Amino acid sequence: MLTPRDEQELAEAIASAREPLRIIGGGTRPVGRTDAAATLTTADLEGITLYEPGALTVVARAGTPLAEIEATLAEEGQRLPFEPGDWRALLGTEGEPTIGGAVAANVSGPRRVQAGACRDSLIGVRFVDGTGTVVKNGGRVMKNVTGYDLVKLMAGSWGTLGVLTEVSFKVLPAPEASALLTVEVDDATAAVRALAAALTSPWDVTGAAYLPGTGAMVRIEGFAASIDYRTGKLAEHLAPHGAVTVERDHMNVAGAWRAVRDVAPFHGRAGDVWRISVKPSDAPAIAERLGGEQVFDWGGGLIWALLPEGTDARARIGRFSGHATLIRASDETKARIAAFQPEPAPLAKIAAGLRAKFDPKGILNPGLMG
Amino acid sequence: MQMPEPDSSILARKAAIVARLREVLPADAVIDDPAETRAYECDALTAYRCPPLAAVLPRTTEEVAAALKVCHEEGVPVVPRGSGTSLAGGALPTADSIILGVARLNRVLEVDYDDRFIRVQSGRTNLSVTGAVEADGFFYAPDPSSQLACAIAGNIGMNSGGAHCLKYGVTTNNLLGVTMVQMDGTVVEIGGAHLDAGGLDLLGVICGSEGQLGVVTEATLRILAKPEGARPVLIGFNSNEVAGECVADIIKAGVLPVAIEFMDRPCIRATEDFAHAGYPDCEALLIIEVEGSPEEIDEQLGLIKQIAAKHDPVQLRESQSEEESKKIWLGRKSAFGAMGQINDYLCLDGTIPVSSLPYVLRRIGEMSKEFGLDVANVFHAGDGNMHPLILFDANKPGDLEKCEAFGAEVLKLCVEVGGCLTGEHGVGIEKRDLMTAQFSDADMEAQLRVKDVFDPKWLLNPAKVFPLAVTAPRRAA
Repeated sequence: MLTPRDEQELAEAIASAREPLRIIGGGTRPVGRTDAAATLTTADLEGITLYEPGALTVVARAGTPLAEIEATLAEEGQRLPFEPGDWRALLGTEGEPTIGGAVAANVSGPRRVQAGACRDSLIGVRFVDGTGTVVKNGGRVMKNVTGYDLVKLMAGSWGTLGVLTEVSFKVLPAPEASALLTVEVDDATAAVRALAAALTSPWDVTGAAYLPGTGAMVRIEGFAASIDYRTGKLAEHLAPHGAVTVERDHMNVAGAWRAVRDVAPFHGRAGDVWRISVKPSDAPAIAERLGGEQVFDWGGGLIWALLPEGTDARARIGRFSGHATLIRASDETKARIAAFQPEPAPLAKIAAGLRAKFDPKGILNPGLMG
Repeated sequence: MQMPEPDSSILARKAAIVARLREVLPADAVIDDPAETRAYECDALTAYRCPPLAAVLPRTTEEVAAALKVCHEEGVPVVPRGSGTSLAGGALPTADSIILGVARLNRVLEVDYDDRFIRVQSGRTNLSVTGAVEADGFFYAPDPSSQLACAIAGNIGMNSGGAHCLKYGVTTNNLLGVTMVQMDGTVVEIGGAHLDAGGLDLLGVICGSEGQLGVVTEATLRILAKPEGARPVLIGFNSNEVAGECVADIIKAGVLPVAIEFMDRPCIRATEDFAHAGYPDCEALLIIEVEGSPEEIDEQLGLIKQIAAKHDPVQLRESQSEEESKKIWLGRKSAFGAMGQINDYLCLDGTIPVSSLPYVLRRIGEMSKEFGLDVANVFHAGDGNMHPLILFDANKPGDLEKCEAFGAEVLKLCVEVGGCLTGEHGVGIEKRDLMTAQFSDADMEAQLRVKDVFDPKWLLNPAKVFPLAVTAPRRAA
């Protein structure tokens, strides 16, 4: 295991590497497979390097634990907008989720419908490419169109284009109050309709999920008086979709959404886990074709599916607009089914071209994304 | 600003190239009469002009692909153009290039409220995207000042922002998918109506690439439900520093206004003479807008006023009516026009960390004296995106050069304090040579490699974004 302690050491390790490397942060999100001789972790690149609450900006080294960043922001009444999930219980992994890992996987929770994905809050990166060269892009300001946006390109590249050493974010104020409205619905179709009604309302919904058995869940956040007002409006607006119950306890609301964020219904359950990005209104029909069990987030736009071991979700869905990622499976299944959705030829060609440019030796998580 | 020498072999082949374009495009889609190509000689950076070899105005993605394929085979550079409102020279042609204008690609293709998106052709103007959905209570969030004229294609090219980015983000945060034609004519679909595109985030790198990676012909955009209402408050201060502190305190208090706009004294005076918005005569003015129901607005503005009061403002005025709100915004939105009445000006676009605001404003004031040119400041304070307007006289020999040198110093200062050269206008030709102030050779090389992949022959808008000396070997290859 290579454990560089700073950017310089990391650059040297990659420059001198001759064999493929498995690149990890805390190693809590082992999606897909790569043929690597050794593992390199950024976990020792640790620490928040800059935090300016008045400018809504935080900069941290890639190996900084997510928990440390969240705690530091919370002290100033702020938070990461994109609500990154903790996948340890879902994937049966141990270790400490890092901020660099969250960026590499573009991990975005329920608030994605309102505040955007991880890549939307990410405003700067430093990384080491496959030749051992240090590259910076973006910075610490939230409006920046100076040169190409490699910041976005690095988010969700799973370490295949470079190894992140430092990341910068726009952060947001954490609200003083919240509410959860749960609508009793008969099925997924009714749920997605109720969620669409909430998301197309002017009341600034920050979470829209469906847990079979629980119902369609809608979250709002903000100042207390505003929550009072919007809870009333939404309850009335959603009533035609089913009986509405309201939870106003801030801690209870947070707990319910943590369960959605971390896909709690699938914890400790046998089977493969898929994460499928779709057009929200397509979700019920796709879920029908999938079978198994599902949790909907993002108003239906994100389907978490629990399927019998070895099932190829893509074969079950057939053609659709979106993409499916195999998140948890046995090594045998991972060897047979690609973790990431195969792309149309022209896009696959561009992606392969970028990997060849950024990692000419082919040593950064080779084969992971294609 | 220098542009590369035109390729004489392309100029010599003009008739043959135009004939090939005519073979694949309708007769009215190819313009080569010098009297007509003049219309495409510049964009909103009017100090630099050069008519293109020819201009093509396709109506469909297929026509765009056909035109690009011909240019690719002929080795002719292509400069994509939206509405030509770039302040950075992003759409400035060279004599050996073809302008590919998307103005005729202006249709709405699909509106889906339940899934919260609109799909449009890329030549459609920004404001008319909102126009297509507003009767049903929706809007498209990015709102650049030029929104009446600017095209979505250009917005994507420059990752345009606007006054309301603090809450809603810029173009890249509101773009779900594109249909894009690569230089060799290959059509690719990236993303769509689902929230996250799969694979590497190509959408992210295309947005803001200034037309150098491909020509976007269709875009899927996120639309949002309009808030119940919005109301601005005006706060005047007798010091820029104090106004800056007030902004930081409001943000730290957990209020997230949709807009925080800042104007300094020269700008306030010019704007007031022009638009009569009732602005106080003071050193610094903040316009802060919040959204929601009347009660929610009252609550947020109450908090903002409470914080502002601690900073001893010379005026604190909440809009009392829809009409007054419009007037307040009219002043801000006509700031550029008002300055244009006084003089020629160069509009800068650097972004700085909000905490550096007072220092940067002070240094700009000092530089203004050193260079002997006046500056007015108007900008988006919440996100640190500054728009210093440097006034000069275009008829006075040497004034433009002096103004550009001053502008370059201001932008270097932005980088020095941890910011960047351009927040929402793009690099174009204007800031090309300053890229070395922000990026190391390795930083730039990483970006050039991206273009190598998308456009191996370096034919798409090749003389923009990067210093000419840096791109010369690739452009010559």
